[in-house]
Parts: sequence; structure tokens; C-alpha cells
Amino acid sequence: MNVQLPTGRELFEPKRPGSQDIAWCPGCGNFGIRNILISALAELELKPTEVAIISGIGQAAKMPHYINANGYHTLHGRAIPIATGVKAANPQLTVIAEGGDGDMYAEGGNHLLHAIRRNPDITVLIHDNQIYGLTKGQASPTTMPGMKTPTQPWGVFEEPFNPVALAIALDASFVARTFMGYFKESVEIIKKAIQHRGLAIVDILHPCVSFNKVNTYAWYREHTYWMEDHDPYDREAAFRRAIERDPLPLGIFYINEKPTFEDQVPAYRNDRTPLWKREPKLELVKRFFEEKKL
Amino acid sequence: MTEFKGDVSIVLGGAAGQGIQTVEGILTYALKKSGYHVYANKEYMSRVRGGINTTEIRVSSRRVRAFVKRIDILVPFKQGVLSWVEDRLDENTVVLGERENVEESFLGKVNLVEVPLTRMALETGSQLYLNTTAAGLIVGLFHGDFSAIEEYIRKRFGSKGENVVRKNIEAAKKGYDLGVRLCEEGTIRVEVERDESVRDEVLLTGTEAVGIGALAGGMNFLSFYPMSPSTGVSTFAAQHAEEFEIVVEQVEDEISAINMALGAWYAGARAMVSTSGGGFALMSEAISLAGMAENPVVVHLAQRPGPATGLPTRTMQGDLNLVLYAGHGDFPRIILAPGSLKEAFYLTAEAFNLADKYQVPVIILTDQYFVDTYYNLPAPDVEKVKFERHIVEAKPGYRRYELTEDGISPRAVPGYGEDVVIANGNEHDEWGDVTEDAELTIKMQEKRAIKKLETIKRNAPLPKLIGSENAEYLVIAWGSTLHVVEEALQKLGREDVALLHFSWLYPLNPETKKFFEGKTVIAVENNITGQFAELLKKEFGVEVQHKVLKYDGRPFSVEEVLETLKGVIE
Repeated sequence: MNVQLPTGRELFEPKRPGSQDIAWCPGCGNFGIRNILISALAELELKPTEVAIISGIGQAAKMPHYINANGYHTLHGRAIPIATGVKAANPQLTVIAEGGDGDMYAEGGNHLLHAIRRNPDITVLIHDNQIYGLTKGQASPTTMPGMKTPTQPWGVFEEPFNPVALAIALDASFVARTFMGYFKESVEIIKKAIQHRGLAIVDILHPCVSFNKVNTYAWYREHTYWMEDHDPYDREAAFRRAIERDPLPLGIFYINEKPTFEDQVPAYRNDRTPLWKREPKLELVKRFFEEKKL
Repeated sequence: MTEFKGDVSIVLGGAAGQGIQTVEGILTYALKKSGYHVYANKEYMSRVRGGINTTEIRVSSRRVRAFVKRIDILVPFKQGVLSWVEDRLDENTVVLGERENVEESFLGKVNLVEVPLTRMALETGSQLYLNTTAAGLIVGLFHGDFSAIEEYIRKRFGSKGENVVRKNIEAAKKGYDLGVRLCEEGTIRVEVERDESVRDEVLLTGTEAVGIGALAGGMNFLSFYPMSPSTGVSTFAAQHAEEFEIVVEQVEDEISAINMALGAWYAGARAMVSTSGGGFALMSEAISLAGMAENPVVVHLAQRPGPATGLPTRTMQGDLNLVLYAGHGDFPRIILAPGSLKEAFYLTAEAFNLADKYQVPVIILTDQYFVDTYYNLPAPDVEKVKFERHIVEAKPGYRRYELTEDGISPRAVPGYGEDVVIANGNEHDEWGDVTEDAELTIKMQEKRAIKKLETIKRNAPLPKLIGSENAEYLVIAWGSTLHVVEEALQKLGREDVALLHFSWLYPLNPETKKFFEGKTVIAVENNITGQFAELLKKEFGVEVQHKVLKYDGRPFSVEEVLETLKGVIE
């Protein structure tokens, strides 16, 4: 790659024995996303101990094993509620929920909808390759109609999920789309997503070299364009962009600054201490019993 | 004249929405403040208005903590109540109320003491005062402290303005005076001695005991999806969230609730979810994750009859097998089932230490009967609650799943120490990274399912034996049936029958086996198959000779247990 990589990346390069043998196929877009993510974290000058990457299941969800940061590789579709719990327990952590299009839009779809309503200060990165890779090539919610797969031999006929339009419709806090083939731009978008206070959703287009023969590197380059002169604070304009289909716009569609979940829970109104440092308020328990005597 | 001595069982029955709970609130408060031991429990239908709900209140000169079938005084607020409780009426039952609330077929068959509650309420100004009039009436029968009623009304209705308070007090006074008069005229005589020490005791519900226990145990995160009869604990937490500075969130579904709690524990919080069987069924995927990732979590499960929606507002001890086997693969868990309110407080607090220490799901099993029960008890000693933190610092080279002798790997949390923490729901190496290595798989399986389980078993407390070690008959009970079996055995009064009560259900300490040797074992369970008896058989080969089972969605009564035990023993 002929890109100038930022310094500080080595901090996020894992040295654990199990992180050396990467399970992704040669040429997989996930390698690019890993590079982008590590670069973004390094450029933001974060420390590995300050970051927690919570993933679901699938090839994308193996990310915590290939990065040196706190990580939790969880269950299919459940990265968002788990990440929400992590952030709510310790708002000092930079929390990233990561998974594929099946993980976030199918199995975890309901959690995504409600996370948008709840607005925890987490970043949701969706590796969107429009196919199920780890289970070997079934259609995903974002697969384009007409694509034939082993389980849709007649060709997909369902309307593809439009995560960007959906998120804007629900008034999400931060919505962006990128293609991992554009390294520098993707690093910038992910940095902004992480820095954004509130739920940041980044749909990251990437090819699956093994099972998606339609949406290749070349296809994404030909069928995407970068939005220029777009005001991300204009929701209607954002929505109009979001429903464009071909070419697909890339960039930050929508920013809606609003209070986060952690801003609003009573736990942090007077005290920002992470929950793990707190002790039971036994004085209040005693007082409770005193009042129950009356 | 009808006379009640020592222990009076009063049942109030009416439609949902008629305010039975207001009466219940005033009565228990005022009678406890007057120095009487009180116990209350309710049964209600799964509907917002209408139907028939009843509340039983026992007023006694000694501790009463269990449901009795017997009704001494019945106060019906609508027609249909007598038919609903027909099998609980006997020749001594006094029906205290208005003639129009007594079905035709019962007239002449019951001791009806007519009291014009509606007219009295209307004289005060509105039918709305019916509840307070009735509450006053009953407190009057006991010559209770009227000032306690006033206090309660001020607390409860204070926000509605002085007029509402004044009118309610007036209504209660009318009822009270009538109650006193009924006694003086000799229509009803109630003789219950007061116990001054009761005044300093607390009046607690099962819901509150679990809720405050959790807060004492350091719970600082609760996520839930509403489901009867567990919602009360979530409501309790929400209402104390600001004071205790904790996170309480109503989420989109039970799947989210438990996963959020897992995330919170991973980051070091002490999190709980409160649910019922149907909700827990949805959580079993995450319970399995907790098993593999060795992620602590505390679940409060208030049981109701299943399968599926079952009887949403009724009671059963039918979810033991669910929590015992939930999740795929082999991994340890801890199952607790408090028998008394005191135990619910201490055990719920302890559940958080256990989850933290062993890094397993800890499930607290209650049921509708338990959460809706309340009685007076000495305030638990908060000083006895131990807060144990089992979190270590992630030193360089930290391994989340380090293989240890006892199967417990020191658990670090993200952001504490110099190294990172990798948790994983896939089979993993010591660092937490994915592995498919056969040797390592064996070690990790053994770590969780054998070593850790053995460690927990070794440290598990023994069940509580009430009665003689040499008793020939051993009655087994678990969770919420404690008091009812205890009272039945007191009434039975036989030296050769003892009670073995389990509030720690799983895993069982191997020493438990010794309790059963040479005994005739009788299991009392509020379910159809005797799930705990099956567990004892599986764990220890214990032969349970008799199973006393009840599965109509209602709790056991003292009389039922007593009669059945007599039948078995004699």
C-alpha cells in the first residue's frame, strides 16, 4: 500500500500468539478495514487500554483478535447491546461495536434500531460486503437483487436494506458510509465517528473476494462517489442522498448532536467514576430500612 | 357472636382497579404500627380492570409468614368474590360488607355482618372513599392506632392536597368507629395480643427484599424488559436509581437486557437483569456466552406458570430446569432461591460477590408468591453484607483465561492496568484469542465444566435443617415454600419429621448427601414433576419416596401441606 501510515500504529499491533494467524482470505477487505481502524486509533493518540472493541460473530467480528486493544468477541448480532453496557459501565473507554452486515442488519437489526433511540456514545462499524462470508455465501440483508447464491438459486428478490436511510429516518446521531478501498478518507471518517459524542454508524463497503463476485473492488470504485457540498446537519438533504442508489454516495451523511445515553443516566450526573470503582451505598440501604420501620 | 383469637386471616376481594391495594397498604401499615404481626399476599388476574383480585392479610400475636387457605373475615367489594373463594369459606367465616356484594346463593349460608360501606363513603362525599372506610373498619376491629392510619393517609395522599387527605381521614374514622362498635356490641370479637417489638421492625415485600439486597450487593446496573411478576424489582431499582446513582434501562427485549448486563460486567459493573421464565428463555443464548466467556452476571427470575405465556400473574416453581439447563454446552452456574425475606436480602447481595468471584451466571429464583409476599421482620443487619471485589489489575502479559488449579482465572477489566483484556465467546487460548486446538479445547472445557464447578461445589453452603437430625421423615423444600412448610410442620408437631430447606439449589455441596441417609424423603414443590427432587436424584441418587406437588398456579397453603403430610406419614 502506497499510503503514509501514521506513527503510533505499532501500539495497536498485537503480539499475542493467537493473533498472528489471521483467518481472513487473502485479498479480503477486512485487512483494509483493520489498517484503517488501527490508523484512526493511532492518529487519535488513543492507548490500547482506553479502547474496547466489541464484536459479534462472523469474519468481521474477528477484529478484536487482530488488534491490540481491549476486546470482546461475543454473539451473532449482540455487539451493540454489549458495547452499550461497556460504555455505560465505563464512559471513559472508547467503545467500538464491530460486525458484518448480517450481524448488524439481520440478527442484530432490532438492537441497531433501539441503539439509535438510546444514543450511547459508541461507534458502530459495519463491514458491509453484501454477503455472508463465514457461512459461505448466502445472501445478506444488503445483497443486491438478482444475485444468485447457493441458498437463493433463483436470485435474491428482497429489497436490500438501506442502513444509511434507515439511520437518518430514525434521527441517528452520526451516519456515514465509506468504501475501504479509499484508505485516507476512510481513516478520516472513522476518526470523526469515534470523536463524535453519541452513536456513530459507519457503513463500510468492502468486497468479499471469495463469495461476492458482483461487488468487487472495481465495482465499488465505479459505483460510488464522494459527496461534495453536502451539509451533514441538513437532515432532508441527508435523506435525499441516502436514497440514491447508483452510484452510492460516500461520506458523512448526517450529524445530529444530542445528549448521549451516558449523559442522561442518573449514574453519572454528579460523579463520572466508572462503575467498577464504586462501592455499595450501604448508608442508603440502612436509611431504606429505617424508613421501612415507620 | 364470632370470636377470633391469636391469628386472624382477613381476605379482601374486588375488581382490579377497585383499590384493594390501598386497603392492603393502610391495613398492614397501621396494624404493624399498632404492634401486630402482619403478613399479606395477593392473587390477581392478568388484566388492568375488572375480574377478581384478592388479598390475604394475617394479623397475629406471633410471627406469621405463610399463606393460609382459611378465611376468618371476608370483605367483598363486588359480587362474585364469594364464589371465587368458595372453597376457602367455612362455618366460622364472617362476611363483612354490603348485602349487594354477596351472591344470592350465599345469603343465609354465611355469617353476613352487614356494614353500609358505600353509604358511609357517600356520606363522606364520594364512593371513592370506600377503600379508606373499609380499611378503617378493620383497623377498628383490632382497636389499632388510628394515628397510624392518619399518618399513612398523609404520606400516600399528601401530594393530592389537604382536602383529599382530610376527607380520607374522615372516611377512615367513620369505618374505624364502626369497627370498634361492632366489637363493643359483641358482633365480632377479635383477640390478638400486641407485641411491642413489632413497632421497630420493618415491613418488607419480596420484591423489595431482592431489590434492596441487590443494591446492598453493589448492583449499579440493571437492564430489563417488563414481565410479570419480575417487573417490581426493575421498578424498585428505577425508583432508587437517582439516589443510588446507578444505571437502570428498559431495553428493547430480553436479549438486549442480558447482553447489556454482560457488557457492563465485562467493564467491571455489577449488573443484574430481572425477568420471568419467558424472558429468561430468550436470554439463554447470552447465558451460554456468559459460560464460555466466563462473564459474571446476576439474573433475578420471578417464576410464573409456563410453558409460554402460561398464567402470567400466578405462581409456580416450574423454571428450575430452565435455569439449570439453559444455554448449550457445559458450563457452571449458580442457582439460588431465597426462602425468607431476610434471606432474599442477604442472598441477593451475596449473588454479586459470587458472580464476581466465580465469573459465572448467578440466578436468583423467586416466584410470584414470593415477590408479592410481605410481612414484618427485624431489619437485616446491613453491616453483615460483605462487599468482595475480585478484580485484578491487567499487568503486562495479562491472560484473561489463564489456566489455574481451581479453574478461576483472575479477571481484569478494561482500563485497569497496563495490558488489555480480551474476552471471547469462541473457544479460546489463555489470552482470549480464538483457537481450534484440540489439547487447548480439552483444557478449557475441563477448566470450566470440571475444575471451576468443583471449586464452587466445595464452597457451596449446606441446606438448612429445621428439626431433629434424627427425624425419620425429612421434608424437602426449596425457595418460597419455606414458611408454609415450616408452619405446617409446627402445626403437625411431630419430633420425627424435620424440614430440609434449600436456598442454594445448584451446584450442591457433596456433603449434602449425608442429610438423606436413612430417611424417608418427602419433597414439597410448587410444580408438576418435582424438578428439585429429580435434581437430588441425579446428583446424589436420593430416592424421594413422596412428592407433594401443587400446580394450579396457586401457592401452597399451610392447611394443604399439613393435610398432605399427615396423609403421607400416618
